[in-house]
Amino acid sequence: MHIIRCPYCGERDEHEFHYGGEGHIARPSDPDALSDDEWGDYVFKRKNPKGWHYERWLHEAGCGRWFNAVRHTVTHEIYCTYEVSDPMPELPE
Amino acid sequence: MRPRYSIFSLARNALSHHKNWQRQWRSPDPKPEYDAVIIGAGGHGLATAYYMAKEHGMTRIAVLEKGWLGGGNTGRNTTIVRANYLQDESTGIYAHALGLWPGLSKELNYNVMFSPRGVMHMAHTEGDLKEIARRHNANRLQGVELEFLAPRQVKEFCPIINISPDVRYPVLGASLQRKAGVARHDAVAWGYARSADALGVDIIQNCEVTGFDVEGGAIAGVQTTRGNIKTPKVGCVAAGHSSVLADMAGLRLPIESHPLQALVSEPLKPVMNTVLMSNTVHVYLSQSDKGELVIGAGADLYNSYAQRGTFSVVEHQMGALRELFPIFSRIRMMRSWGGIVDICPDASPLLTKTSIKGLYFNCGWGTGGFKATPGSGHVFAHTIAQNEPHPIAAPFSLSRFSSGRLIDENIAAAVAH
Repeated sequence: MHIIRCPYCGERDEHEFHYGGEGHIARPSDPDALSDDEWGDYVFKRKNPKGWHYERWLHEAGCGRWFNAVRHTVTHEIYCTYEVSDPMPELPE
Repeated sequence: MRPRYSIFSLARNALSHHKNWQRQWRSPDPKPEYDAVIIGAGGHGLATAYYMAKEHGMTRIAVLEKGWLGGGNTGRNTTIVRANYLQDESTGIYAHALGLWPGLSKELNYNVMFSPRGVMHMAHTEGDLKEIARRHNANRLQGVELEFLAPRQVKEFCPIINISPDVRYPVLGASLQRKAGVARHDAVAWGYARSADALGVDIIQNCEVTGFDVEGGAIAGVQTTRGNIKTPKVGCVAAGHSSVLADMAGLRLPIESHPLQALVSEPLKPVMNTVLMSNTVHVYLSQSDKGELVIGAGADLYNSYAQRGTFSVVEHQMGALRELFPIFSRIRMMRSWGGIVDICPDASPLLTKTSIKGLYFNCGWGTGGFKATPGSGHVFAHTIAQNEPHPIAAPFSLSRFSSGRLIDENIAAAVAH
């Protein structure tokens, strides 16, 4: 069971959170210019790395706000959590 | 030529106290070159190699496995075999597989213990009933036989179930597919391995792929922990690790890897005569021939490559089990484990060529790949050997994520994710 630090509320139990998948996926700035393959890539394809993963979480049963986390997909260690507007943090060694 | 298994070979070996059984397959070193390489010696990979050798005459094939044969999701699933999905394309592949299951023991000369004891999908809400009605109508048009059971009939078919109306999610009915059931998962991997090996396929365990050699947009070979292997065709059948392989080839897949847990109880006398699946309360249950209850749950929420799940899922699963089966309230659980399942956004698999010539992927089976093992191997063997998708496999290409022709099975796949 995880203790996850919501950037707005502090440390809470995993039960309060909902997972939101890969983070930092920017909506295309000129959607009309995209090919079908590029749209498919944006909508469906994911990095799905074995290792550190930038991802989104929702503090569903708390403040109800989205935030980002860097979490390891093998050890499940959470390196950091940060607000959606914050820059992408450097990955740990 | 390898001796066939039969009642006579059993009797003969009993006379020598079972000390003279032959090895079931060889353990060869990798050769420098093959006509095709399959990555992943699970059920799907071994079945692919078997059908390539048997039906397409390709015998210079290697199956590379980073761990041990059948040690991934093949040995970790809850062994349910059924074919009651929603879309026509899905019924194409799952019914094809279900058609191969009854003859599989004979085909492989290996008892895969296929037991068509029926699979019951439970309805606990008005919405469930409507979903079952919709799926029954779709399946009827596809020629799949299903029956609807009212609560009293559910109780007759499976006497230990609790159909009392005064619980949180009462049993309102069930959808029964009588031809569905369970099979022995390890035996499926072992049977395909033994038969493929007998046809000359090299199964190479403890051999992890670390990279691909691509020349002029075509596959030229694979790099492994046991040396480089030249080959013009590579089939990736690596389930939860498919994205890792795709990344080595510079490709992106519409797949996320999640843990899916299961657990077994201590052995009991025979009490559970069928397979029960419940989407709403989220538990899947059957009883193995050893007497253990085999219990599955929903997939864990977050991406993970750790072969274990979270406790909250187990707690949820046990709560659901207790409400449906008060008789099990005091049994103890013996083992729990997790497998890494590869989930596509539409909960349907990928059986596909890629932008790299000679590189093929068979993945995305998500939470329910075991049931498809024979069918998946059969059509994927065709796809690789002919370099052209088998008609049943064609709708499951990667291009559906550009064209938008998705095959949405998020409800019929049953396991929530």
